[in-house]
Amino acid sequence: MTAGLAEGVWKLASAIATPVLPDDYLDMFAPLRAGAELRGRITAIHRETADAATIVITPGRSWAGHVPGQYVRIGIDVNGVRQWRAYSLTSLAGAPDGTIAITPKAIPDGVVSNHLVHNARPGTLVMLDQAIGDFTLPTPTPDKILFITGGSGITPVMGMLRNLPSAGADIVLLHSAPRAEDVVFAAELAERDRSGQIDLRVRHTDTDGMLDLADLDREVPDWRERQAWVCGPTGLLDAAELHWAANDLTDALHVERFRPTIIEPGEGGEITLLGSKLTIDADGATPILDAAEDAGVLMKSGCRMGICFGCVVTMRQGAVRDLRTGEITTAEPGDELPIQTCINAVAGSCDLEV
Amino acid sequence: MTLAPERSAISPTAPHVTQAQHVAAEQHRLNTRLSLEGGAERTHPPKKSGRPNPMGHLTNEQIEAIGRELDAIRAEVMASRGARDAAYIRRVIRVQRGLEIGSRAVLLFSKNKYAWLAGTAGLSLAKILENMEIGHNVLHGQWDWMRDPKIHSTSWDWDMASPAKQWQHSHNELHHTYTNVLGRDNDLGYGLLRVDEDQPWELFHLGQPIWHLINAMFFEYGIAAYDLELRGNLQNWDELSEEEKAVFKANLHEMLGKIRKQAMKDYVLHPLVSGPSFLPTLLANFTANTVRNIWSNTVIICGHFPDGIDTFETDSIEGETRGEWYLRQMLGSGNISGSKFTHIMTGNLSHQIEHHLFPDMPSNRYSEISPRIKALMERNDLHYVTGPVLKQAYQVYRKVCRLALPNEEPGRSRWSVVRGELGKVVKGKGGARTKRHLPSTADA
Ligand SMILES: Cc1cc2nc3c(=O)[nH]c(=O)nc-3n(C[C@H](O)[C@H](O)[C@H](O)COP(=O)(O)OP(=O)(O)OC[C@H]3O[C@@H](n4cnc5c(N)ncnc54)[C@H](O)[C@@H]3O)c2cc1C
Ligand code: FES
Repeated sequence: MTAGLAEGVWKLASAIATPVLPDDYLDMFAPLRAGAELRGRITAIHRETADAATIVITPGRSWAGHVPGQYVRIGIDVNGVRQWRAYSLTSLAGAPDGTIAITPKAIPDGVVSNHLVHNARPGTLVMLDQAIGDFTLPTPTPDKILFITGGSGITPVMGMLRNLPSAGADIVLLHSAPRAEDVVFAAELAERDRSGQIDLRVRHTDTDGMLDLADLDREVPDWRERQAWVCGPTGLLDAAELHWAANDLTDALHVERFRPTIIEPGEGGEITLLGSKLTIDADGATPILDAAEDAGVLMKSGCRMGICFGCVVTMRQGAVRDLRTGEITTAEPGDELPIQTCINAVAGSCDLEV
Repeated sequence: MTLAPERSAISPTAPHVTQAQHVAAEQHRLNTRLSLEGGAERTHPPKKSGRPNPMGHLTNEQIEAIGRELDAIRAEVMASRGARDAAYIRRVIRVQRGLEIGSRAVLLFSKNKYAWLAGTAGLSLAKILENMEIGHNVLHGQWDWMRDPKIHSTSWDWDMASPAKQWQHSHNELHHTYTNVLGRDNDLGYGLLRVDEDQPWELFHLGQPIWHLINAMFFEYGIAAYDLELRGNLQNWDELSEEEKAVFKANLHEMLGKIRKQAMKDYVLHPLVSGPSFLPTLLANFTANTVRNIWSNTVIICGHFPDGIDTFETDSIEGETRGEWYLRQMLGSGNISGSKFTHIMTGNLSHQIEHHLFPDMPSNRYSEISPRIKALMERNDLHYVTGPVLKQAYQVYRKVCRLALPNEEPGRSRWSVVRGELGKVVKGKGGARTKRHLPSTADA
């Protein structure tokens, strides 16, 4: 009865709000309410090192929780433009105050990481996706664990440690950072080492050099008996995959890549039309619209000079160059970026929803 | 910037061109408007009415230089878009939504005279903001750069009879590409009014001083009919292909659905919710829609029809370069002068010239570039048309009245041409729809 009434009221509200939705009005007052698009509000920011900070976020009521080790994609407006990036969750799962936390580390020229670490302010609304990822511990927790992390790669592991009991598994953590002052969570890691939760070995690569996996036999003689989780720079992850494969232990290795694909803009390249499963080679001076039409594809278009937005399609990943300004637009996997095909040429490769 | 070798001009996907024909026609051609250079050395014959070609005094080099200068202005502003601009449009949207919901709430009590007045005024303002500064500009893609899927040209819909997609086709794709090109830009009089000496005269135009007022009052439906190309499609129904008929029917169906929803909201549901204030609320909503219609019509006619604004011959745009396209936009548009409030209420279409040069530039930036555009035009001996809204609208109405009659013909007064045409109808020869093609003064 009340459910029917509520539904009726909602229908009436929708009919009066048309062409927008009642949600668009409710968003003005209650952006975090149940049923709204998933958002979060930054409630606190704690500095960790000179270039890393923990961002505490109160997610909307639709937040479904996370498994330690998973990450969340967040969409934040930087200088007016919405940018989506993935960050590992570093907080306690199911925290009593309902908050979650991520710990970005600013990288040189990094748009989002620098904004989050240096400019973001509590009170800011961000867009969120539900947590995902399979860089997680199985249940029951394995008896013997090896974590190898480098730089900001400590974040998903910190997420796991905070959610593990203070004693139980036999855990070795090999962490690398350039210098002592660059170690994120240094004090807390040392405390967990002291309390016996982990056996921590920190390496300062500026003075000690990079970790060589050939040394594992000496550093952690029983590493072959351990389930391993590795997160850090691409070089470390590639080396780990080779090393575990060479020892026939691929099943015992779990890696998390912060840069799953590297999109390097180039001149011209391959245009992949996802709908028609067609791949077209185009040069860097031909608009995508023309290249696709030359290949016999029906494309929507209007002015063909960049002013009408009648040719907009969604780019799922890749890079394109604006022929008027030379400006490059890139999309990482998971992104859905609308682009104009009449004034953009492929720059490397691009996957389009056509 | 040369993007590709010079290729011949192309036309966009018009509804009467089938996709297959379109693709065939497009093959191996690139839009010349993507390039500043390579325009053919042009001759500038006077137009049919005998008036000179408006860009006749400029050389190709001068036009290229103008193009480069405008490209630079565009690049500068586009590169500086940022948080300030994003905050602006979000604020306007918040104010609009607050005003709309507040006014509708006040109208629930519109049996009270003061509630009626306040609610109606508020709702009129809200509807104007929604259509002009928000809807028109979002649908132009001016805010697409923010990558906010809610404030995006592909997802927005507006409080109008015309569905966003159909309007985007006739407005963004056709009007903005072919601005003021006789026979190509249907915005020149909306297929209803004769607003230029170089447009052919029909008996139908005799009534245009009245058509114009009716069109203004019901402007949103006028635009809807116009987006459907209602008149042309119905007149030529028998000549349309099955595919074209199907497209028309689908568009009509979509539009009627939208009109039904719009009418339901303003003329049934909101009044019903008002209970005892049913009739006053209905009247308030009708008034707000009418105020919005008349205002948006007034602003829009001031954009292209006042004195001193030029039109262009159909074949004058063959192979046109971007510089020539820019020129046509500047000469084919006119501004409205006024306060900051006026600019916002016109959706910054008071900066029609700037808007036509850069239709995808955020509207809050037009005022900042307008002194530079004005200086550029004056330096090149081009007339920057502008004036207060009432003056411009009066000029348009005067022109609508004047052009209700045909042009003078050699040895005949305007009235005697009309009598001749009327006579033909009475005798059953010809018929009211005969077009009076313009005598070329050059032949005379
Ligand atoms: C599953 C997952 C979890 C992640 N968790 C974290 C986390 O917990 N903490 C954290 O700080 N980051 C994390 N990242 C990385 C994060 O998503 C961003 O890639 C990173 O913050 C850089 O974004 P940016 O906008 O600052 O840089 P951009 O402006 O996108 O890039 C600037 C420059 O840096 C290069 N670059 C981009 N990403 C990286 C990268 N990851 N490493 C090195 N160079 C890069 C670009 O090619 C470019 O040249 C995670 C990524 C993934 C996929
Ligand atoms: S076709 Fe008009 S913007 Fe691309």
